[in-house]
Amino acid sequence: MTAPLLEVRDLTVSFDGFKAIDGLSLSILPRSVRVLIGPNGAGKSTLLDTIIGRVRPAQGHIVFQGRDITRTPEYEIVQLGICRKFQAPGILDSLSVFENLALAARHHRPWWSFFRFGLEADLTERVEEILDLIHLRDKRDAPARSLAHGQKQWLEIGMVVASDADLLLLDEPAAGMSHAEVEQTAALVKRLSARHSLIVIDHDMTFVAQLDAPVSVLHMGRLLKEGSLDEVRSDPQVASVYLGRVEEDALGRA
Amino acid sequence: MLKHAQFPLYALALALFAFAPELVSPYHLSLLGRFLAFAILALGLTLVWGYGGILSLGQGVFFGLGGYCLAMHLKLAALPPGEIPDFMQWSGLTQLPWFWAPFRNPYFALAALFLVPALLAAGLAWLVFHRRVGGVYFALITQALALALSTFVISQQPYTGGFNGLTDFSSFLGFTLTDPSTQRLLYWLTLAVLALAFAFCSWLVRSNFGKLLTAIRDGENRVRFLGYNPTPYKVAVFALGALLAGLAGALFTLHVGVISPALIGVVPSIEMIIWVAVGGRASLAGAVLGTLIVNFGKDWISSAMPDLWLIVMGLLFILVVTALPGGLTGLGASLRRPVPAFRFPFRFPERKPSSAPTVSIVAPEAEDLP
Ligand SMILES: Nc1ncnc2c1ncn2[C@@H]1O[C@H](COP(=O)(O)OP(=O)(O)O)[C@@H](O)[C@H]1O
Ligand SMILES: [Mg+2]
Repeated sequence: MTAPLLEVRDLTVSFDGFKAIDGLSLSILPRSVRVLIGPNGAGKSTLLDTIIGRVRPAQGHIVFQGRDITRTPEYEIVQLGICRKFQAPGILDSLSVFENLALAARHHRPWWSFFRFGLEADLTERVEEILDLIHLRDKRDAPARSLAHGQKQWLEIGMVVASDADLLLLDEPAAGMSHAEVEQTAALVKRLSARHSLIVIDHDMTFVAQLDAPVSVLHMGRLLKEGSLDEVRSDPQVASVYLGRVEEDALGRA
Repeated sequence: MLKHAQFPLYALALALFAFAPELVSPYHLSLLGRFLAFAILALGLTLVWGYGGILSLGQGVFFGLGGYCLAMHLKLAALPPGEIPDFMQWSGLTQLPWFWAPFRNPYFALAALFLVPALLAAGLAWLVFHRRVGGVYFALITQALALALSTFVISQQPYTGGFNGLTDFSSFLGFTLTDPSTQRLLYWLTLAVLALAFAFCSWLVRSNFGKLLTAIRDGENRVRFLGYNPTPYKVAVFALGALLAGLAGALFTLHVGVISPALIGVVPSIEMIIWVAVGGRASLAGAVLGTLIVNFGKDWISSAMPDLWLIVMGLLFILVVTALPGGLTGLGASLRRPVPAFRFPFRFPERKPSSAPTVSIVAPEAEDLP
């Protein structure tokens, strides 16, 4: 049995007493894709927030490659190999597409290398590859703020890839995209799984179906169900959660 | 280093300024000299505010420290051996205070005028930024510092010369300061320092450091989640801005022959923001241009109607903040596409999608984490 890349152990996150994550455990294997779904407010984004150190849990641990990162500073977590795409594009408006990718790619370089120009040759090659991967070759030198919404999403995915992290967290990467773009994004995610592990959050079931990966359903900060998309879909509890008919006590038994 | 297309333009401007002693009256030359010294400070402020997104309302502090470091030496150098400065005698001191003594050495003073502002700035910035205190608070802290330093200098009359500051200098490194030839040399020295500082800053903003700085301004939190700790970079740029301010203060003191608390308090510090804002806060050429325009304007208005200047300054500030966030150098862009003058503090996308191109006076707030 391979050791998990990421282990979330008995995690609880509370905001002023409200438990956004409630005793959640989860593990991610190397080079695998895990899809997280769940109704709005289920705690999906909060789980990612906690993994990357943006939110600190009240209880529980997050272990990455055997190392406890529950209290590690955010930038060190990235350097250890976890990088996240935010729900709405978090790109740097004033920099060009290339500069955004270059910034993400060279985070592990020593401080003195900041007093020179441009990107190191080895990284340039990678960044140029990523430009093709995210279909932004012809926007290479355009300011990031000038991109269309779907392109911004891709740029941020590209930045996460450029960071060369082992674990990529994608928060609703296909949101607001056209049908064709959703398909391209799904293909992109599948390609990435050859090199990285991914946790992907999304609502769009056609997108999730195209990923063809195990699905975890989150509800009120807890894991409701794990399995293939078909298994999860046919589960009556999951169905009722999505229809908003589940009662507190029904959850207690889950 | 510099953009090639702009290089001839800068060379031409430099040549013109170099010939200024032949072209303008001694009065205007002396004004130009001190305004060029101001422009060195403005370059630093452009890095700190325009590129780093850190609003400093206390740049006068670092200007003053640089000025005082040199002035202490100049004061001592003008004395016969064994004597202490006149204002100390009036206050009943009989011995030179210990912290004055090393300033007898001109090289100590030269080193101090760089190091004192830079180290104070680095210490302050580190204390504030490593705790992730937001930009608005930092601006207020720097303003409080400006108030505190000017009040302190006034109150410590026996040691600082109080309200009148330090004046009556005679020579520096063997040059007699009142000599017209020294005045010309000083003008060229100031111009040379400005040109070097300009070249250095242009190089810096195009380097990876400059890109990272811009990224921190656009989204400090986002940069953290790309694997960077923004604190050391913010501290570095703030210290660099203070160093340039100190250098400007020292050159100014040589030009004018006096440094006093009136030049380093809250109001001068805000004026410095206006120089940069008028030129365009993220443009180095704009910083120099804005400084010259605002200061010559001030000289002209103050000599015609002394009370008018404060009002004009206030109006200018409102104008550049609300209607013209890109300043003069951003005028073209402002006309082409209207830029919203204010930007709401950066929120993480989950909570609030960010909108189109926006500008803020202060860098976006760091979101506090529970
Ligand atoms: N910083 C915060 N402060 C208070 N409540 C929060 C915060 N972040 C998230 N929440 C709450 O936690 C719950 C889970 O939110 P979130 O993880 O964003 O859900 P989603 O599954 O839709 O991504 C929601 O009820 C939300 O209001
Ligand atoms: Mg979410």
